[in-house]
Amino acid sequence: MTSPTVLDDRADALFGALADRTRRDILRRVLAGEHSVTDLASAYDMSFAAVQKHVAVLERAGLVHKRRSGRQQLASGDVTAVRSVASMLDDLEAIWRGRIERIDALLEQES
Amino acid sequence: MPVTDIIKDLDNLTLTITAEFAAPPERVWQVYADPRQLERIWGPPTYPATVVDHSFTPGGRVTYYMTSPDGERFYGFMHLTAVNPYTDFEFDDGFADAEFNVNPDLPVAHSVYAFEEAAPGTKATYTSRYPSREALQTVIDMGVEEGSTSAINQIDELLAQAHQPSA
Repeated sequence: MTSPTVLDDRADALFGALADRTRRDILRRVLAGEHSVTDLASAYDMSFAAVQKHVAVLERAGLVHKRRSGRQQLASGDVTAVRSVASMLDDLEAIWRGRIERIDALLEQES
Repeated sequence: MPVTDIIKDLDNLTLTITAEFAAPPERVWQVYADPRQLERIWGPPTYPATVVDHSFTPGGRVTYYMTSPDGERFYGFMHLTAVNPYTDFEFDDGFADAEFNVNPDLPVAHSVYAFEEAAPGTKATYTSRYPSREALQTVIDMGVEEGSTSAINQIDELLAQAHQPSA
């Protein structure tokens, strides 16, 4: 069993990771396919170390996986970790739609 | 269809839904201001809501429970932080124990419900912001019936995709 505190820490890491524009951009690239950190670094106007740090934040949040290939560090996105947030908002949308339909039905009864 | 727009902000865990109703804002407002009407719309038919306290004023509290088909009760509250009749109200909502003591371990979302006059009657904008992923999941778990409907739709979509030849 994972304790609620550990889950909460993971959620904090996940949303902290997504709160930065550069990291979201990196995530979009690595979701489309595996990229070396060197390639990623060349796409941004910042140092290799800075990009490496962003990748590390995404990795800690479980959004990105890294592997070594020779001297290269290769990063790829975890599609399931990203999709789950979207699917939670979809579930919530269903709850809200239900309420709105019931309001509509209630108002229609009177008219 | 009454729902006209949906914005899902994945980064800020915020859901905004816009709906149109064929009644003036004063009438739509009553749905929330009248506890008997609120309980008719809050929970799905299989999880009906029962409103207990209903102090619909700034600083006031609305408490309710939802009853599962097995008779299990889920207790919730809304703490109203702003109430401007017919135009908007804001509240923090979360879950509680059977005496409506707020459960500090369960999440609180902040919501703004706003209403304005527009053809055919009222444009309503519902915005809720959730503090964490866990908070979202808890809210979904409380609205089991409708949440699971979309879960089933997702499974259908997955199955449909699985039958398509890969590109």
